[in-house]
Amino acid sequence: MRHIISILIENESGALSRVAGLFSARGYNIESLTVAATEDPSLSRMTLVTRGNENIIEQITKQLNKLIDVVKLIDLVDTSHIERELMMLKVRTTEQTRAEIRSLVEIFRGQIIDVTPTTYVIEMTGPSEKLDAFVAATNPDSIIEVVRSGATGISRGEVGLHL
Amino acid sequence: MELSGGQILIQSLKDEGVEFIFGYPGGAVLHLYDALFQQEGLKHILVRHEQGATHAADGYARATGKPGVVLVTSGPGATNAVTGIATAYLDSIPMVIISGQVPSPVIGSDAFQEVDMVGITRPCVKHNFLVKDVTKLAETIKKAFYVATTGRPGPVVVDVPKDITDPAIKVPYKYPKKITMRSYNPSVTGHKGQIKKAVELLLAAQKPVIYSGGGVVLGEASGQLTEFSQLLGYPITNTLMGLGAYPATDKQFIGMLGMHGTYEANMAMHESDVIIAIGARFDDRVTGKLADFCPYAKIIHIDIDPASISKTVKVDIPIVGEVKAVLEHMLELIKESKARPHKKALEAWWKQIDQWRSVKCLEYDRDSALIKPQYVIEQLYEVTKGQAYVTSDVGQHQMWAAQYYLFDKPRHWINSGGLGTMGFGLPAAIGVKLAFPEADVACVTGEASIQMCIQELSTALQYKTPVKIINLNNRYMGMVRQWQEFTYESRYSHSYMDTIPEFVKLAEAYGHVGIRIDKPEEVRPALEQAFAMKDRTVFLDIMTDRTENVYPMIEAGKGHHDMKLRVALGTPTDRELA
Repeated sequence: MRHIISILIENESGALSRVAGLFSARGYNIESLTVAATEDPSLSRMTLVTRGNENIIEQITKQLNKLIDVVKLIDLVDTSHIERELMMLKVRTTEQTRAEIRSLVEIFRGQIIDVTPTTYVIEMTGPSEKLDAFVAATNPDSIIEVVRSGATGISRGEVGLHL
Repeated sequence: MELSGGQILIQSLKDEGVEFIFGYPGGAVLHLYDALFQQEGLKHILVRHEQGATHAADGYARATGKPGVVLVTSGPGATNAVTGIATAYLDSIPMVIISGQVPSPVIGSDAFQEVDMVGITRPCVKHNFLVKDVTKLAETIKKAFYVATTGRPGPVVVDVPKDITDPAIKVPYKYPKKITMRSYNPSVTGHKGQIKKAVELLLAAQKPVIYSGGGVVLGEASGQLTEFSQLLGYPITNTLMGLGAYPATDKQFIGMLGMHGTYEANMAMHESDVIIAIGARFDDRVTGKLADFCPYAKIIHIDIDPASISKTVKVDIPIVGEVKAVLEHMLELIKESKARPHKKALEAWWKQIDQWRSVKCLEYDRDSALIKPQYVIEQLYEVTKGQAYVTSDVGQHQMWAAQYYLFDKPRHWINSGGLGTMGFGLPAAIGVKLAFPEADVACVTGEASIQMCIQELSTALQYKTPVKIINLNNRYMGMVRQWQEFTYESRYSHSYMDTIPEFVKLAEAYGHVGIRIDKPEEVRPALEQAFAMKDRTVFLDIMTDRTENVYPMIEAGKGHHDMKLRVALGTPTDRELA
């Protein structure tokens, strides 16, 4: 099953490699990993998407908690949550395909943020699944490049990952 | 008080109560060594190789319970220390390793003797630090000791760039009395409800086994474990790391369990209905084939590390907490409880265990004209009256020491259990002897292992640490040869050395006493002679039976009930006996 683990970690150099190293050393799988500062400059927030059965996810969360720099973590899948990922997708366009691409982007509530005579750059946010669906719906021959941020997430309501 | 970084580091160690520092100088730590030169109180032990420094500090830590401290230079000094750091990590030994680093401005430029020590050690330390600011140095040292010694202990590396210790830069010094870290809260008392459930399950057990490990030794909970076991009257087995936590000469002790554990311990595990694992981690050398592990048992597990719980074996009642506190709580509950251990069931269970004991799985040929290694360990036990600190290297001799030296006290059996590091024994023995100069310290080793850190014989002379080296010389890497005999149709691929040094001459060259022993009847007198020489390191080179194997054995991939015994049993085994 897919899990989204959200981690508050001390904003120290090497913190990212401690997490990444743990996954490679213990043979866990990482689908995506994002990291950025928070409102508190001493803390970073990481969002990690992984897959595994219940036992593996339990070990992953325990091993992450064991890292001295990890302050707190939650598995967002355990709670009601919102997931978002940002994607930028560059496609080759022709006069014949432009209208169709524009309408597809509209259906998916994306935006075209750069236009040249032969290309569009499409920006889209949403759960990773939606971005997968958009990529699947786009003519693969027209795709020049796809850039995805990896999933991030936040829990709904009063529940939150904070100090 | 204004001090330089070098002085701050030394003063911090003193303020932390450090007595010995095991190290080797080099370019990146010259400022530190200069500060060390100009102080008194902190004793530096100059080893002959950085691996020796880590094992000596480790031996000191295992024997005393205090953290071992190591000081090495950058680059090769640091990488040489890695084996010893990993050794401590796998056995959860508290150590603080200070490694020099090239000056901050040149980090990352492939400078002379530069390696990314923080990166290299990350997977084999509890935590590590790179010091970036001299004003944070004292606090970092405090944190290192705090992390190393609390919770599940482990080694902590502090990497110190040379400019941080610059004698020209002085900053105010104050060693923090206490430290808190928001991301690290190690002490836990154990869930009360879980403890209660565990006690109920234990008191209802018909075929219980207490299985305890190194966590009891590290957690100073031997007294509690002994009281707990004796109050219940249940059989107790120890892991390799747990030996000595319960007196091995007591009748309730059924020996070590696992790959080379006793028949009675492994069969009892297999047939039990309730297991309580205390400070043990279900290591693969203990469990054997996981699918066959304790098939009829409910399992209680006490451990300070939540990540140890249900890692390999799913447990029924997990209790996360310090073993000492949890056992104390359990003792209270048992004493208050109206329930008592099931007397009849327990009698039947002990009868069964005694039947397994009657197999005498540790018997060996006592009439052999060759020296049997088991006999040497038995004689060592007698000559030292069971009171010695025994360190070991890794291999057959390690297993024989574990099986035949009966440890009645914790912290007396000192070996590399998790990593299995050859070369550990001699430097570890030096560390122990420094801590306990009056005690008998023996290093049980083999002719292959001893050569991995033999250079420390020189350290032993310099610091007058008269240890006794019991070299079980079978002219083979015995354990490798044994596996090759059992699983590779006796194709002894590179498990022997065509050239072996004359250890007697070697010992003498290092300034020690060397004695070669060829006959069984010489063993006892030679041991007595060696231990009578209180102020000399003695190297006993004992020519043992080359073909001797360690029994019993659970071969890789087999279960506890499927043991290879020296003499095949003519009687039915397994559940038929039950």
